[in-house]
Amino acid sequence: MRLTFPHMGNLHIPLKAMLQYLGADVVVPPPSSKKTLTLGVKYAPEFACMPFKLNLGNFIEARELGADTVVMAGGCGPCRFGYYAQIEHAILKDIGCDMQLIVLEPPEKHISEFILKVRQIAGTRSWWQVIQAIRFGYQKARAVDLLEIASFKARPRELVPGATELAYRQGLALIDGATSSVELKEANKKALRIISGVTQDHSRPVLKIGLIGEIYTLLEPFSNHNLERRLGSLGVEVDRSIYLSEWVNDHLFLGLIKGLRSKNEACAAAAPYLRHFVGGHGQETIGSAVNYARAGYDGVIQVFPFTCMPEIVAKSVLPGVGGDFGIPFLTLIMDEQSGEAGLLTRLEAFVDLLARRKGIEEVVNR
Amino acid sequence: MRIGIPRALLYYYYYPMWKVFFEELGAEVVLSSQSTKGILAQGLKYAVDEVCLPVKLSYGHVLELAEQVDFIFLPRLVSVEHRKYICPKFLGLPDMIRRLDKMAPLIDVNVNLYRKNVDLYKAVKKAGSCLTGNKLKIWKAYHRSIVALQKYFRLLQLGLIPEEALAVLENRVKNEPLPYPVELNIAVIGHPYNIYDSYISMNLIKRLRSMGAAVYTAEQVPEKIIKRYAARLPKKLFWTLGQRMLGAASHYLDRPDISGIVHVAAFGCGPDSMTGDLIERQARAMNAPFLNLTLDEHTGEAGVLTRIEAFLDMVRWKQAGVVGL
Ligand code: SF4
Ligand code: SF4
Repeated sequence: MRLTFPHMGNLHIPLKAMLQYLGADVVVPPPSSKKTLTLGVKYAPEFACMPFKLNLGNFIEARELGADTVVMAGGCGPCRFGYYAQIEHAILKDIGCDMQLIVLEPPEKHISEFILKVRQIAGTRSWWQVIQAIRFGYQKARAVDLLEIASFKARPRELVPGATELAYRQGLALIDGATSSVELKEANKKALRIISGVTQDHSRPVLKIGLIGEIYTLLEPFSNHNLERRLGSLGVEVDRSIYLSEWVNDHLFLGLIKGLRSKNEACAAAAPYLRHFVGGHGQETIGSAVNYARAGYDGVIQVFPFTCMPEIVAKSVLPGVGGDFGIPFLTLIMDEQSGEAGLLTRLEAFVDLLARRKGIEEVVNR
Repeated sequence: MRIGIPRALLYYYYYPMWKVFFEELGAEVVLSSQSTKGILAQGLKYAVDEVCLPVKLSYGHVLELAEQVDFIFLPRLVSVEHRKYICPKFLGLPDMIRRLDKMAPLIDVNVNLYRKNVDLYKAVKKAGSCLTGNKLKIWKAYHRSIVALQKYFRLLQLGLIPEEALAVLENRVKNEPLPYPVELNIAVIGHPYNIYDSYISMNLIKRLRSMGAAVYTAEQVPEKIIKRYAARLPKKLFWTLGQRMLGAASHYLDRPDISGIVHVAAFGCGPDSMTGDLIERQARAMNAPFLNLTLDEHTGEAGVLTRIEAFLDMVRWKQAGVVGL
C-alpha cells in the first residue's frame, strides 16, 4: 500500500510526517502545477470548484509515481468538500486509474474518533504510537506555521529582494527533514534563526493586510498565484485568517489545544453580519474581517475559487463590514483562467489605495 | 398585518404551509408576482455577480415585496430533514437580504431539523410570536398548516406540478381536457425553483408537454423510493435537494417507460456540480438519453428550444430503433 494525498500548501509536511511515523509508504504528489490543473480540468465536472480539480490532478500525478491509495479528508456538508473523495474516486475509476480510497471523516464529538480512524491506516501499531504520530504531525504543522508567520513579517522589510523566500525554503526543508520530536525542535529553532538572519529595514513603513477566504486558495500558493509573496514584495505585511495548525486544532482535535486562535472567536465576531454558519469558512471570513479591522489592519483581501458557495455568501455581506469599520477590501476569485497579469494590476492598485489612505508614499515601486 | 412571501426558492415546496399558518393567525399573506424580466433585473442589480440565478431572482422577489408589507417571511432554511442541508446560500440568505436598502423587517427564523424533527415547532413558535402571544392559537395554526402541506405533497406525487397543485388547493381549477397528446415520457430533474419557475426555465415543462412529452419530476417520486435509490451511493448525500434529484433520476433510469432525462442546473451551482455529475455518469453508463441544461441570465431562449427539440428527436429515433444510437 503506497499512500498519497492531495496538496494544500504545506500540508504535505505534517501529513507525511504523521504517516511515515506510522511506518506507511508515502508518495508525495509533485507540487501542484499547470500540468496538475490541466489534468484536473480535463477529468473533473466543469463546475466543480478548483480545489477539486487540483486534488484530482495530484492523484493522477501521484499514481504515475506509484501511489495506489488515496488518503482524503471527508466532511458532512453543506459545502461540497464532504463529497469530493467519493466523486474523485468514481472519476479515477472511470479513467482507468483505480485507486483505493481512505476517507478520514472529521470527528464530531471527540478527538478519539480521529485517533481511531488514523489507527485504521496504521495497521498493527499500538495506540501509543498512533497518538505519538498524530502529535508529531501536529508539531510539524505548528512549526511550519510559525516559520510562515515569520516570513510574512520579514518579506516586506527585506533589503535584498528574494532573501526571505530563500530563507523560508531552507527553513521548510529543515522542518520537513526532521524525523523525531527532538530533531524537530532543533530544526524549528534553526529555521527561525535563518529567517531572522534576513537583513531587514525595520524603519521602512509597511502596510498590513489580512487575508481571508476559502481555506484552499488561502493555503495553496499555486492556486492564488503566490499572493502572499507578491504582497510582500509590494511592501505589505500579511496575516492569514487560517493556518494549518489552527485548522487541525479546531477540526480534528476539536479545540483540545488551548492558546491558539480559534474559529469560535472569528464566528462570534461575524454575528451582526452573518449570524449562522454557512459551510466552509464563510462565517470565519466575515468574523476575521471584523477582527482585522479592529486590530488596525489597513485592508483585507478575500480569496476564493470560482463558484465557492460559502464565500459567495460572505462576499455578499462583506461590504457591510467594510462600511461599518471603514476598512477597504478586495475580493479575488480564482479560477483556471485567472491570469497573473490582471491579478498583479489589481493588487498594485489596491496597495496604492491603502498607502495613500495611510499617507505613506513610496510603498509601491520602491 | 401584511406578510410577504417571495415566490422563489422553496416557495415551491412550502408555500401552502406558510400561507395557511399566517392566515390562521389573522395575517394577510402577500405573494410576490410571477417571475418576470423586471424582477430578475432587480435581483441582478442588488445581488453580487457570483450568486446563482435562482438566488438573484429571489432578491428580485423580496425587493418587490419590501415596500408593500409589514414583514417578509424569509426563514433561514438550514436543514429540512435529519442530517441534511439545502445549500450554503440558503444558510446565508437572510443575512444577504437584510443589508439591502429599505428592506422590510424579516421574519428570519431558523428552520433546522438537522438533529431532530421536533425542532420545526421551535421555528414555527418563533414565527408565530411575531403575530400573537397566544400559544394555543399558534399550535392550532401549525397543525392546520401541516395538513395543508401534506395535501399539497400528495398532489405533487400524483404528478401535478406546483402551479397545478396550488390551483387545486385554492379551488381555482378550470375543467379543461388534457391539452396534449402524450407519446413519450421524459424526466425533468432539477431544483424545484429552477424547473417550476416558468420564467427562468423558459417554460421548459409546458414546452415539453406541447411537444408531446409527459413530464416526470423528482417531486412525484415517493420519499421511500428516493431513499432506496440514494442508499446505493458510497456515501450518503448531505443535500436534501441533491438526494431527491439523484434518487429520482436513478429511479427513472430504471423505469422502461421513461425515455430520457433532462437535467436542469443553475450556472455555477455548487451541489449540482457534484450530484449532476453522478447523475450524468449513471445515465451514460446505462446509455440513456440525457440532456444537460444550464441556466443563467444570459441563456438564450432560442438555443434552449433547439436543444430540447433535438433531444426529443433523438429520443424518438432511439425508440424507433434507429441504429447507431
Ligand atoms: S469551501 Fe468552496 S472551494 Fe471549498 S469545497 Fe466548499 S465550495 Fe468548494
Ligand atoms: S443549490 Fe445551487 S441553485 Fe440552489 S441556491 Fe445553492 S447554488 Fe444556487
